[in-house]
Amino acid sequence: MKILDLVTLLNLEVYGGKAGLENEINGGYTSDLLSDVMGNANSGDLWITLQTHKNVIAIASLKDLAAVLLINNNKPELDMLKQADEEGIPVLGTAMKSFEVSAKLYNLMNS
Amino acid sequence: MKKLFFEYSVEAGNFTKAGDASSNFKKVLKQLNVDPQVIKRIVVALYEGEVNIVAHSVGGNIFCNIDPKSVNLILKDDGPGIPDINKAMQVGFSTASAKVREMGFGAGMGLVNMKNNVDFLKIESEMGKGTKVELTVNL
Repeated sequence: MKILDLVTLLNLEVYGGKAGLENEINGGYTSDLLSDVMGNANSGDLWITLQTHKNVIAIASLKDLAAVLLINNNKPELDMLKQADEEGIPVLGTAMKSFEVSAKLYNLMNS
Repeated sequence: MKKLFFEYSVEAGNFTKAGDASSNFKKVLKQLNVDPQVIKRIVVALYEGEVNIVAHSVGGNIFCNIDPKSVNLILKDDGPGIPDINKAMQVGFSTASAKVREMGFGAGMGLVNMKNNVDFLKIESEMGKGTKVELTVNL
């Protein structure tokens, strides 16, 4: 599934990194601990988190993640968006909490 | 592949630049057509080491040596040093500040991530002088 399809299906906000909206999603990883993501996420994962700073994009880029999804109406900081645009890594947003949106993604990936 | 050498300096406390060295070195490895699975391992270990210098030291340098058989990284800082390396290696043990933890760093997983992704890891530290982390990933 492409990020763009997920945006439509779950009615997500797109804050930045639009160049990467055609990225394929292979799975998801839900965590707010950066080293946990560094150690355990797989390339192509959608990273579901409440962290809104620039280092999130550095990790997403180093790990070749598909996109970052901010939960619970969290908004990205400006330098996060700038980095996302430079790297072409989409930063998405939702009002849903991590449990709910993770479950929805899981169901979509496995249906 | 010829022998290549790269050096990066890492600023203490500057989280906006944390990851810059790792990002640059990842590009170098890609250009050299290193196996993507190997690049992933090197990048995890290097990033954790880079963030440690930013979060815990007064600043330091990263020296990267590439030869046909391996990638060898030496991360050296100028202090303050690690009082108990065995403790630092324990999952969940962290001396990170509240501010750093709030950002999602400092979960006590960094050194373990390093260990799990490299073929060789050696940490030497002297209080007041600094820490030297050497790691190798075979190609």
